[in-house]
Amino acid sequence: MTARRVVITGLGPVTPIGIGATAFWNALLEGVSGIRRVRAFDPSRFDSQMAGEIDGVEVGNYVPKSYRKAAKIMARDIVLAVAGAYEAVKDAGLRTKCMLERGEANGPSNVDPTRIGANIGAGLICADLPELAAALHSASENGQFSLARWGSEGMNNLTPLWLLKFLPNMLACHVTIVHDCQGPSNTITCGEASSHLAIGEAFRTIARGVEDVCICGGAESKDNAMALLRQSLGKRLSRRNDLPDKACRPFAVDRDGTVVSEGGGLVILEELEHAKARGATIYAELVGFGASNDACSPAQPSVPHPEGRGILLASRKALRDAGIDAGQIDMIGAFGVGTPEHDRSEAAAIRALLGERVTQVPVMAIKGGIGNNGAGSGAIDFIAAVLAMQNATIPPAIHSAEVDPACGLKLVTGKPIDARIDHVLSIGFAMGGGQNAALVIRRYRP
Amino acid sequence: MKRRVVITGMGWITPLGHDIESVWQRLLRAESGVAATTNFDARTFPTQFSAEVKNFDLEKFINDRYDEHKAASRNTRFALAAAEMAWCGAGLNAGAQVDPEQVGVYLGGGEGPIDFDSFVAAAVAGWNAEKKDLDSIRWAEVAYQKLNAVREFEQDPNCAAGHIAYRFNAQGPNFNTLTACAASTQAIGEATCMIRRGDADIMISGGAHSMIHPLGVTGFNRLTALSTRNDSCITASRPFDATRDGFVLGEGAGILILEEYESARRRGARPLAEIVGYGSTADAFRVTDIHESARGASAAMRAALSDANLDIAEIDYISAHGTGTEENDKLETLAIRTVFGSLAKNVPISSIKSMMGHLVAAAGAVELITCVLAIRDDTVPPTSNFSTPDPNCDLDYVPNKARKKPVRAALSNSFGFGGQNDTLIVRRISE
Repeated sequence: MTARRVVITGLGPVTPIGIGATAFWNALLEGVSGIRRVRAFDPSRFDSQMAGEIDGVEVGNYVPKSYRKAAKIMARDIVLAVAGAYEAVKDAGLRTKCMLERGEANGPSNVDPTRIGANIGAGLICADLPELAAALHSASENGQFSLARWGSEGMNNLTPLWLLKFLPNMLACHVTIVHDCQGPSNTITCGEASSHLAIGEAFRTIARGVEDVCICGGAESKDNAMALLRQSLGKRLSRRNDLPDKACRPFAVDRDGTVVSEGGGLVILEELEHAKARGATIYAELVGFGASNDACSPAQPSVPHPEGRGILLASRKALRDAGIDAGQIDMIGAFGVGTPEHDRSEAAAIRALLGERVTQVPVMAIKGGIGNNGAGSGAIDFIAAVLAMQNATIPPAIHSAEVDPACGLKLVTGKPIDARIDHVLSIGFAMGGGQNAALVIRRYRP
Repeated sequence: MKRRVVITGMGWITPLGHDIESVWQRLLRAESGVAATTNFDARTFPTQFSAEVKNFDLEKFINDRYDEHKAASRNTRFALAAAEMAWCGAGLNAGAQVDPEQVGVYLGGGEGPIDFDSFVAAAVAGWNAEKKDLDSIRWAEVAYQKLNAVREFEQDPNCAAGHIAYRFNAQGPNFNTLTACAASTQAIGEATCMIRRGDADIMISGGAHSMIHPLGVTGFNRLTALSTRNDSCITASRPFDATRDGFVLGEGAGILILEEYESARRRGARPLAEIVGYGSTADAFRVTDIHESARGASAAMRAALSDANLDIAEIDYISAHGTGTEENDKLETLAIRTVFGSLAKNVPISSIKSMMGHLVAAAGAVELITCVLAIRDDTVPPTSNFSTPDPNCDLDYVPNKARKKPVRAALSNSFGFGGQNDTLIVRRISE
């Protein structure tokens, strides 16, 4: 049996700068920033008061009419994933249950429900604070919470299905229900590395033959008080509150932290013959995946390996898997979160990987306008890398005009540049926990 | 040729104890790990009991470099101890030559328990009862004061996998999945695939979870998923029994060392069993209910059998998901009947959740360990608290007493909320 090839046939970004591949790509080229002073709640008391926010994501636009009521039990993270899945399925021309029931495609379906799966990265979903606070308050007197009262009556103020809003696997569960995906379904929860790991695992799952199509990627919202506080306590955030849209500056000499955000992306991976048989448009081929852990001391959870050891190992494994060497990489899709330490660590790994070619190989870093989408970040980066290859254009890192010489990368800044790209290496890592992953995308050749 | 994957080490921290052999013997004697909840004061909760891990001290397991793990949350502490037990059991601590880049981790690990008191203090202070909204300024004032950066970070579900990677210098692929109650079965299945493919030679895999905290119990109580048999908690977990009224929440960890067969043999390791089959499916039906035909569960079992290239007649034991909820037990029985046909009545099925409760994300890992022990000792553990047969559950659940019988291969099911179905098959080692 010859190896099954896996291609990318659909892209569904849901980001603060645009929803859907076209809007997202145009915003990247125009250098739009989706970061602003937080509007979801009053951020005045937080030391970082900015976020990437997405306006107007209504579940009803992305599910069959009969499923709209399920919106009640969807945390924001789930809504973003459902939106991304719809965009990706639509982009791929897959006639899933959702598209048929919405009347956006005519039957018959072009995918066997038992041969399509989901693999969606998710974060630690923060419980809806106002909802929970109201219930907890009901079990308190004069500001004193009573656990006894909570057990006997307070908890009844929560909707019976409360827990189901916040289980990380609910992103994939709703997506599989909406599109009728009965194949393997997984939920990777490895912080910011989640999307890359999910896409990489989906690549393996299709290659080994247990499914033909997979909706994969990730989504998360950190645009809520609890997530903002956690990131703030971890000292990962920019404090450039006077310039919110310009606060996140990956690899810039004056970077001072990342910015929380909401969003993600889903991607359709498909076995090549399956894609050809239904006449799908093929964006690119996925040819390499590597994963690793820094294995650094957990006593300092926010401090990455100074030389980016794990990022380098994951990248080398991905190249080996693709059967290419570093000399064949035409572009690096960097993770570039914008903290001083993480960017330094990632840059060290990229320098070690590319050797002398580090002065020639362009590096794309897009979080300046998007921020840190947690488990959804990697999918957004991956989609940008695929689009850069398809359009032979690399969008700039906005607000990173003065590149940190210590990073030593050929970061694309200012205006988009033209570039013929045959191989992209896309990098992802968790900001704590040590997980790293890398993917190699190749220009599709029949 | 397909690379074979064997289990060379096992460790668990469970409500019935902290080492493999004593817990196994207690399971065979149908003992219970269930008691009144002590992790918090649950006396007014609908469910006031659980299967807690008792008298656990991580420092006894890792007395060197303990300081680097001392901030770990409860679930991660269980995971570290179980991993240490498995790693040493596999003989990997004794100067074994392994390539750290080919050693990975794949856990089905839960989130760490929330810092409840601090969280509540901020939430109550931040709630503006007049405006019926959260005052995020007041909330943040208290939250910045009370919440601790490391404690918050350690709740992330990927933390246990990071701690383990550091402790054992496992620089290879590192994953955490959280597919609810199916998570650790799925983790072990995916880890098996990684070794088969050559992405790693050794995987530290399994799961850890603790949801025995006020919000965890609240979540399950609101779903009416938990037994409320407060007057008789030891008999509360009664899978497949007609009088079952929900599951009993447990906590703990199960970790296995998975290894490529040839390299395990070369280093002189003693393989305990071989992982031969893995299947994963989604119901794609409803978030709240299992499909009435149990299509996802039967598809997962069939996928695992096909992966293992085994016939149904070769399965000598089924470790059921068997939660003790009305719906799960009825539909799991239906799924087994669908897959095993006329043989369904002949294969012994048991649920150790009757004794150690439901370890949520960690359940599948401890159940797979039980399957390996069943093969080793040709003994099937019982389903305890079985008294009243249910016409919808009409198979052989090994009621109340362990049974000696040859076990060549065992199948283990795990199903998660939202329609996650995962099945593993382990087999006696053959040349």
